[in-house]
Amino acid sequence: MSGDRDAPAAAPAHVQVHAQGPAGVTLAREGALALLAAAAAILVAWAVPWLKFVLTLALAKGIAVLGILLLLRAGQVSFGHAMFLATGAYTVAFVAPRIEEVLLLLPLAMLLATLLGLAVGLFVVRYRDIFFGMLNLALSMVLYSLLEKLYDYTKGTDGIRVAALRFAGTVPGRETQEWLMFGLALLLAIGFGLLVRAYLGSPMGRALAGIKTRETRLEFMGISARRVLLFAYVLSALMGGAAGALVAMTSRHVTPQLAYWTSSGELVFIAILGGAGSALGPFLGAAGFELVRVYAAAAVAEAWQLILGSVLLLVILFAPGGIWGMLSGRLRGRGA
Amino acid sequence: MADWLADNTLLLGLALLDGLAYAALVFMVAVGLNLVFGVLRIVNVAHGSLFAIGAYSAASLGLAFASAGLPPWAGYAALVLAAALVGAVLGPLVERLVLRRIYGQEEVLQLLVTFALFMILEDVQKLIWGVQPVSQDLPMKLLGTVDVPFGDDVIPFTIYQLFVLPGVALATLIGLAWFLRRTLTGRVIVAVTTDKEAAMAMGIDAARVTLLTFTFGAALAALGGALASPTTSLVPGIGAQTIVLSFAVVATAGLGQIEGAALTSLLIGLGRSVAVYFAPEFEVVVPYIIMVAVLLVRPQGLFGVLETRRV
Repeated sequence: MSGDRDAPAAAPAHVQVHAQGPAGVTLAREGALALLAAAAAILVAWAVPWLKFVLTLALAKGIAVLGILLLLRAGQVSFGHAMFLATGAYTVAFVAPRIEEVLLLLPLAMLLATLLGLAVGLFVVRYRDIFFGMLNLALSMVLYSLLEKLYDYTKGTDGIRVAALRFAGTVPGRETQEWLMFGLALLLAIGFGLLVRAYLGSPMGRALAGIKTRETRLEFMGISARRVLLFAYVLSALMGGAAGALVAMTSRHVTPQLAYWTSSGELVFIAILGGAGSALGPFLGAAGFELVRVYAAAAVAEAWQLILGSVLLLVILFAPGGIWGMLSGRLRGRGA
Repeated sequence: MADWLADNTLLLGLALLDGLAYAALVFMVAVGLNLVFGVLRIVNVAHGSLFAIGAYSAASLGLAFASAGLPPWAGYAALVLAAALVGAVLGPLVERLVLRRIYGQEEVLQLLVTFALFMILEDVQKLIWGVQPVSQDLPMKLLGTVDVPFGDDVIPFTIYQLFVLPGVALATLIGLAWFLRRTLTGRVIVAVTTDKEAAMAMGIDAARVTLLTFTFGAALAALGGALASPTTSLVPGIGAQTIVLSFAVVATAGLGQIEGAALTSLLIGLGRSVAVYFAPEFEVVVPYIIMVAVLLVRPQGLFGVLETRRV
């Protein structure tokens, strides 16, 4: 949305979750920044091999957070979106013994997450605010407990190991496999980023902001708020599924923890950390989040949550635009 | 059906007794959450951490009392004292330093601020009490058990769980209803809940009311934890579990309902413990199934009031 210079003058601050939205950052600049970020990610992955794993997970989570971003546009927080990520991940874990092909598993995971998103979405889009958040939370907890308790199928809290996968028919070596997953995650991230950008600029995407400001007015114009929200919800579920598939293929191990409510909280956390003003925000946030987590866990194993929580508090209290807000503020400062 | 009942009387009886004790604890947490939401308009995700810290503090204090050679009944004083301490220390600290900065801001941010608090408190709790289970069940053992007749059988059940827990919950319910409706401070809290601006225009110090309410809510959560501590061994993660359950209660009951929260706690507590005995796989799912079923039929919750839509 940030690149639309022809945006009507009345669409303004409330469109962004944070008032200091990057309204002045053009498409060209955002694109350049995205390319720069992608190049930086590749460079880091090449220079520090073990960070490749961290970055792949960050890209995957960023994709899921893109979905959260859509709902945030409508002013709704889902405290249960990890259920779609877990659906994607468990789809891969369940099906991998029969179909080893990454390029088949990925769309299958997305399909199942989308179907679940449609079923859940039809129910939850009737609710707003706290009820919306809590219902998502409740349903994700149902999935969590099923994954935990149906031991015969899911191996409970032990989780399932994902066997080695094929990539377009070939079985790559470990190093190549890591690069392929990283590349796939990067490619999907860029694809979904562009999709979300186009969607948010479309009438359907713009109507989301209407749900946030004054839903009744939207309906006076003959637009079904539920349908608008449902579309966004299903799209976000699809992206959650893709993210989950990537997580399962990268970490090669899935546990019910993926669906626990704290995992959903992390996704919302990343959305705010990165800044909800741009499709780039989730990826900046996810990279920041995963890096802080890795280094905090290495430095003080017992207190990494404490450090992450403090970072979150500081961001909300002192940098409400997130990483993207700070970056775009600087970009505009240079005379946009 | 009759045969089944005859075969399972004992289990059903146990489920009822367990459910009652469990519902009492859930109510203590949910009612605090509800009260805080009413005044602050913030759903406090860290409310469960206060429950956990209350529980751990009570266990530690109880053990300290015991090793200091105090008489066994001092264990009960330890429960109440720990809850009061946690409320009095953490309540003002959290409200003054953090929550006060985000009143009136977007819901997303408020939720996340309390989520950040949850993450922080969760680790603080692990740093203080470690990850090994902590238990101090003296207050429960001290009272012994009573034989509850069920059909032809009797169930020995602890007096603590049968009388003390529901008793405290009932006293809290009645006391709170009386406090909010009959005392000046209580009515001021209700006034701020109903219409903060109007209340402030009448000269009510809303900042003070907020501080008071949050501290009180925190103390209730801590008391819930303290009361729970003798019945179970404490492990990391109880805070996270408690909060989602009390969310379910509050959403099912409808926001701002005290008596409603009590009935819903009972419903969900009983539902859960019946599941524990008859379908243990679904123990964790039952509260949410109840919640989803209720919200399908009554979107504002069982006792909630529909708000008019703004144009």
